[in-house]
Amino acid sequence: MKFWDRLGAIDRRIIYTVIGLAVIIPLVTKLTFPIRVSDTVRSAYHSIERLPAGSIVMISIDYDAASGPELQPMLIAVLRHCFKKDIKVILTGQWALGLPLGEIALNQVAAEYNKKYGVDYINIGYRPGYTALIVGIGRELRDFFSTDYKRVPIDSFAFMRRVHNYNDINLLVGLEAGATGDAWVLYAGARFGLKMFFGATGVSAPDLYPYLQAKQIEGILAGLQGAAEYETLVNEKGTGTLGMPTQSVVHGLIIIFIILGNLSYFVLRKKQK
Amino acid sequence: MILNIIGTWLAAGLTIAIFSFLYKDNPLYKFAEHLYVGVSAGFGVIYVWAFDLKPMLIDRFVSEHGVERWILLVPAILGILMLTRWTEKFAYISRLPIAFTVGIGAGLGITGSVQGFLLPQMQATLLPLTTINNVILVIGVVTTILYFYFSHEFKGASNIILRVAIVFIMVSFGASFGYTVMARISLLIGRVFFLLSDWLHII
Repeated sequence: MKFWDRLGAIDRRIIYTVIGLAVIIPLVTKLTFPIRVSDTVRSAYHSIERLPAGSIVMISIDYDAASGPELQPMLIAVLRHCFKKDIKVILTGQWALGLPLGEIALNQVAAEYNKKYGVDYINIGYRPGYTALIVGIGRELRDFFSTDYKRVPIDSFAFMRRVHNYNDINLLVGLEAGATGDAWVLYAGARFGLKMFFGATGVSAPDLYPYLQAKQIEGILAGLQGAAEYETLVNEKGTGTLGMPTQSVVHGLIIIFIILGNLSYFVLRKKQK
Repeated sequence: MILNIIGTWLAAGLTIAIFSFLYKDNPLYKFAEHLYVGVSAGFGVIYVWAFDLKPMLIDRFVSEHGVERWILLVPAILGILMLTRWTEKFAYISRLPIAFTVGIGAGLGITGSVQGFLLPQMQATLLPLTTINNVILVIGVVTTILYFYFSHEFKGASNIILRVAIVFIMVSFGASFGYTVMARISLLIGRVFFLLSDWLHII
């Protein structure tokens, strides 16, 4: 019985150490597992895949560095997909602290595909206003974004001269760490009919499934797994794919801990009776 | 190049300082935590000035003419009145801009919620009960809504509605919790990947 007592009262620092090793070892040994693509991610992928060259996709950075490990790989995979298909990208965001992360990804991926700023993509930056801004862009983008991230007038870029509101944007990709996705659906989607899909953190993803079921959004990339699945579809391995074996190992370990903890609880409870 | 190296070492040091809390609370963790809060707040202030106040208020006030110029005084004054919240004597004045903000929020919120959430979700629940998925979905929605209907006490046989609802609610909580665990592990993987790849160059 001492064994079950000890099992139920393991020092949490031992658990932290075991979890830490479970994260480090698969990364260092470069363990690989096959990645199965889910329907929700495939649906999101096809919403970009069926767009012709020259279409315009708006990507909204609605996260900050705290959610970067989950959403940054998604952003890179989506940018690679867009640039592969010669789709123009407009980067914006509702979270001010996330825009620099978007800029980093944009510059990195644009260099990989020899894309030129102002010709193939633009970063129009952040403006406060949140809901009012999302509604306002439906009327005229320039009411909020007369200049880009570097204070250059957006009309000095050829492809932006034809973009005035959501009618001129083919798809929105929202990368969500909070509730901003709801605002995009409620206002840009419902009021203006803008098509969209979301990449969301694991915490935010469950709240978006009702929109998917109601066909208000095209798809969902949920967490690091969603990023890995999208990378598989785009055929470009990134941090998402590298993290999946580790994720699987740690999940298995957590399940074992939960089983052992519960076993210890029930054995001790039976002993007390 | 040198700035990149300094930045990487700084980030790695702060990451390890935060992780040191797993052993026990210590001054290194407290320093890193306070630094994060301070830098985030400072960054936010700079961003609001550089991307909101200066281009949308000050620069536009200088460049616009006529009504488009003077109308900018309205949000400027409302914004300044909001700051009276900090004073005990004049705090009542801040009710004006707060009322304005709440009014806009309510107006947008009501129309958005009805048009973007209530009606589409109701429409999506009106499904033909021809497949097992549709049956489960409709039963789940109806029983869950009835669970939160407190004007009638469900007794006897009708209590089964509440029991079914509890199963659906618990399943959704379990799914949310599972997603949350996955998210937290993903964040840990991201940080460890940074330490092993960008800092130590092991992978």
